[in-house]
Amino acid sequence: MKTVLIIGAGPAGLAAAAAAREGGARVVLLDSAEDVGGQYWRHLPATRPARNESLLHHGWSTFRSLRERLEGDELCEIVTWAHVWAIEDRNIHVLVGEPDGTNRDARVYNAAAVVMATGAYDRTLPIPGWELPGVFTAGGAQALAKGERIAVGHRVVVGGAGPFLLPVAESLVVAGSTVVGVYEASHARRLLGTWTTRPWELARTASKVTEMLGYVSNHVRHRIPYVTGRAVTAIQGADRVESVTVSAIDRSWAPIAGTQKTIDVDAVCLGHGFTPRLELPIAAGCRVNARRFIEVDEDQRTSVAGVFAAGEITGIGGVDLALAEGAIAGHVAAGGAASDMQMRQHRVRRRRFRQFAARIESAHGIGENWSKWLTDETIICRCEEVSFGRLNSVAEASQATGLRSLKLLTRAGLGICQGRVCGRSVEELLGAHVPGGRLIDGVSSDRRPIATPIRLGELAQELDNPAHLERTNTK
Amino acid sequence: MKGSVIIVGAGIIGAACARTLSRRGLDVTIVDAGASAGATSSSGEGNLLVSDKGPGAELELAQHSLRLWRTLAPTLESEIGRDFPSVEFERKGGIVAALDAQQSQALDLFADAQRRAGVDAQRLSADEARYLEPELSPAISSGVYYPEDAQVQPTIAAEAFLASARAAGTRVLVNTVVTGPLIDADGKLAGVVTSSGNLAADDVVVAAGPWAGEVAQVLGGTLSVGPRKGFLLVTSRMPRRIFHKVYDADYVGAVGSDNHDLQTSTVIESTASGTVLIGSSRQNVGFDSGLDVAALRKIAAKAVRLMPFLLETSVIRAYCGFRPFARDHVPVIGPDPAVPGLWYAAGHEGAGIGLAPATAEMLASLMLGESPAVAAAPFAPGRAPLADSLARTT
Amino acid sequence: MGTYRVAAQIDSIAPEPATVITISVDGVAVDGLLGQTLAGVMLGSDIMAWRNTSFGDQPRGLFCGIGICFECLVVVNGQRDVRACQRRAASGDQIEFHRDLPVHVEDAESEGPS
Repeated sequence: MKTVLIIGAGPAGLAAAAAAREGGARVVLLDSAEDVGGQYWRHLPATRPARNESLLHHGWSTFRSLRERLEGDELCEIVTWAHVWAIEDRNIHVLVGEPDGTNRDARVYNAAAVVMATGAYDRTLPIPGWELPGVFTAGGAQALAKGERIAVGHRVVVGGAGPFLLPVAESLVVAGSTVVGVYEASHARRLLGTWTTRPWELARTASKVTEMLGYVSNHVRHRIPYVTGRAVTAIQGADRVESVTVSAIDRSWAPIAGTQKTIDVDAVCLGHGFTPRLELPIAAGCRVNARRFIEVDEDQRTSVAGVFAAGEITGIGGVDLALAEGAIAGHVAAGGAASDMQMRQHRVRRRRFRQFAARIESAHGIGENWSKWLTDETIICRCEEVSFGRLNSVAEASQATGLRSLKLLTRAGLGICQGRVCGRSVEELLGAHVPGGRLIDGVSSDRRPIATPIRLGELAQELDNPAHLERTNTK
Repeated sequence: MKGSVIIVGAGIIGAACARTLSRRGLDVTIVDAGASAGATSSSGEGNLLVSDKGPGAELELAQHSLRLWRTLAPTLESEIGRDFPSVEFERKGGIVAALDAQQSQALDLFADAQRRAGVDAQRLSADEARYLEPELSPAISSGVYYPEDAQVQPTIAAEAFLASARAAGTRVLVNTVVTGPLIDADGKLAGVVTSSGNLAADDVVVAAGPWAGEVAQVLGGTLSVGPRKGFLLVTSRMPRRIFHKVYDADYVGAVGSDNHDLQTSTVIESTASGTVLIGSSRQNVGFDSGLDVAALRKIAAKAVRLMPFLLETSVIRAYCGFRPFARDHVPVIGPDPAVPGLWYAAGHEGAGIGLAPATAEMLASLMLGESPAVAAAPFAPGRAPLADSLARTT
Repeated sequence: MGTYRVAAQIDSIAPEPATVITISVDGVAVDGLLGQTLAGVMLGSDIMAWRNTSFGDQPRGLFCGIGICFECLVVVNGQRDVRACQRRAASGDQIEFHRDLPVHVEDAESEGPS
């Protein structure tokens, strides 16, 4: 029996697992969290049941039925707390155990087919003061609300770009916070133009539009002031957030002088888009396209034979697209084809929601002049505390043109997060110093051969106990 | 003007040569297929070592180069300005630890010979070694302290040489691939043909690290230098617990080895930013840069044997790089024996950062017809061991 | 002002009673609920910073909340480099703040790597 190994148990991974089982394959589903669901269906732990938890979620019944179906299936092995730390050819090296533990169980998987469904996380642009406690990523604030019932503050500003800011604001209001404002960087005209020029496309993605425009339930909608063409351009506070500066910005996201307004808050949630989690597919050798997503064909195949990709790593498109892509990837990985009859509805949904994804990008894409709100003192790399001024002065003094060398010259992106937060911003800011506007060495901050930290003892121990080593699942 | 020279390769060797030749009055252009300091120079520890070298020509070159390094850090700063990041030069010293009586004996013999060659090599009892480096395993049997061993941040050092060269007039052409020799009417080498056009010069220096052999061939020369793959682990930042470069006694044997299989020897040290670097492996597998978990495991296992506290430290990154190695493990510095105007500064294996200043000085002396400070004959491209090995491999 | 745990009696999702656990945060006893992460427990008591940076000695706490940014590192029962947003709290956990010896750039320049 063929084994399909799936990395990531969010919407795409769960859909892939279900479809692969349907297709007759055995499934191993890995996720680094303690339970399945991914960031989208991040939920309360089993020790904290709540009768109306569905109030915090969209598509909760879809999740419940996917989970029940897979958990009750003995040919679907769900491995949570599974931290994939390296991929070496077809060997997938995993540590199973509590996050950042010291003595986790080392496993090596080698499956005939692999589905990458590693998802995405918030892209947060550097802003003066964004390193203060009380500044959260939008997704982080939502994860705290959904998974912990923690509210990030009493008076909160949400800033950035994209339809995802609204459900974040909603989850804050439901947790009892006052949302002082949601500041969407895109201008109203651009939003209206993008969202309504082809109403027939919108009609087909009705559920998505509901989520985007009508997401916020009626009883809280009036409590979420939504303002377009504005951005959080500075954050102030002594040792935690005390206020934010909101500015009007032009279409390139450059702040407009004289429009600054200071608002007293105790928390800020930022999300300027999403960064796909590419290190594992890159480690597996999958080709990345010009838009910096994993290249896939109609069958969700990557450039590497036997390796498939689904969900946000192929393009930011939301839960419906992830479910459709996941189903197709799982089905094909199990031996089917995307053109098979039972994949029809998934193909249709995939096409529709890809159009929707393109609309999001065109309406909410990051403006090229966002860096105009930076000052010399603004921290760009949070781990290594590298400022904008430092990046610029080193780039000028060295005239270096490669990311590899510039990272080592400035230390930007060398910290423990390995450039996950600042990587793309650093590439962009340093690239501005190079003729042609981009660094020349082709080095990507998305590449991380060690995908998550591993204790030296765990690395060493595997050698001492070779019997421990090959818990291999082969076709 | 004393003439013009093209240097192929903007790593630390090419950059150091460009700096010296520019400052000696030559018209220098440095070309690189990629970006500066983008390969071997940004993949290693930044070792300036005498501890790993037995008596001989390379040790003499290393001793001379270390003397040059001691004055270089302040000199470079005056050449490129204080805004430039520090090269982080530190004479931290090295400690080699033996793990059993047999290793102790071999290490003592090696250190005796080094002492006769002028190396400061001080024998340490196990207790003395653990006094200097408290995290060393209680299982060590003895050690040797090498106070001369030093360290720089290699990428910054390479870029600093390049910035100094640029300040002295060197032109830097990145993203420029050398595709062939430029031949004049007399059939002589007169420059290089590149992906960005022809570049004329009186002399051409190949300083292309592990690719030096390939570039030599493209230019009509003969040089047996190829890649020797290595991995290096980087930990998360931590309060400082390691004060010297710390090696196990396997290190010495590995550098000169001709074994093509995976070998590791331990080198552990703290960096200015608080991380710990843990090396390293050696493999002859061509330019395959793929992750090799077996190599990482072997490095880790030997490191925790030497310093057990490392068991719980987090590895956050692995560097993979290619050491440029000559068949006889001795750098190649000087003219091609058959092609007038073609020069080499290559084959430094794992020692290029330390040897860069002396290499640049030696090359400049040879090109300008002066007598080098260190005898150049053992490094000559036409030397017998290289010619023999070439005959064997072809 | 600051972060807080939504009180069960006013929470619209109608939570059932949960088990209270106690952990020690830099020597101070802090209550949380079984199943919370270390970050959740600390944020629930308005502890918003539990690490100081090595270069600027600036306070840091939770930023991304999903294990990406590594800002929320704590020392748990003597174990360094643990992401507070990922690790489930267990009663009796001893949390120490990550206090690295500050790295001073000037020292680094005068002494080299330090």
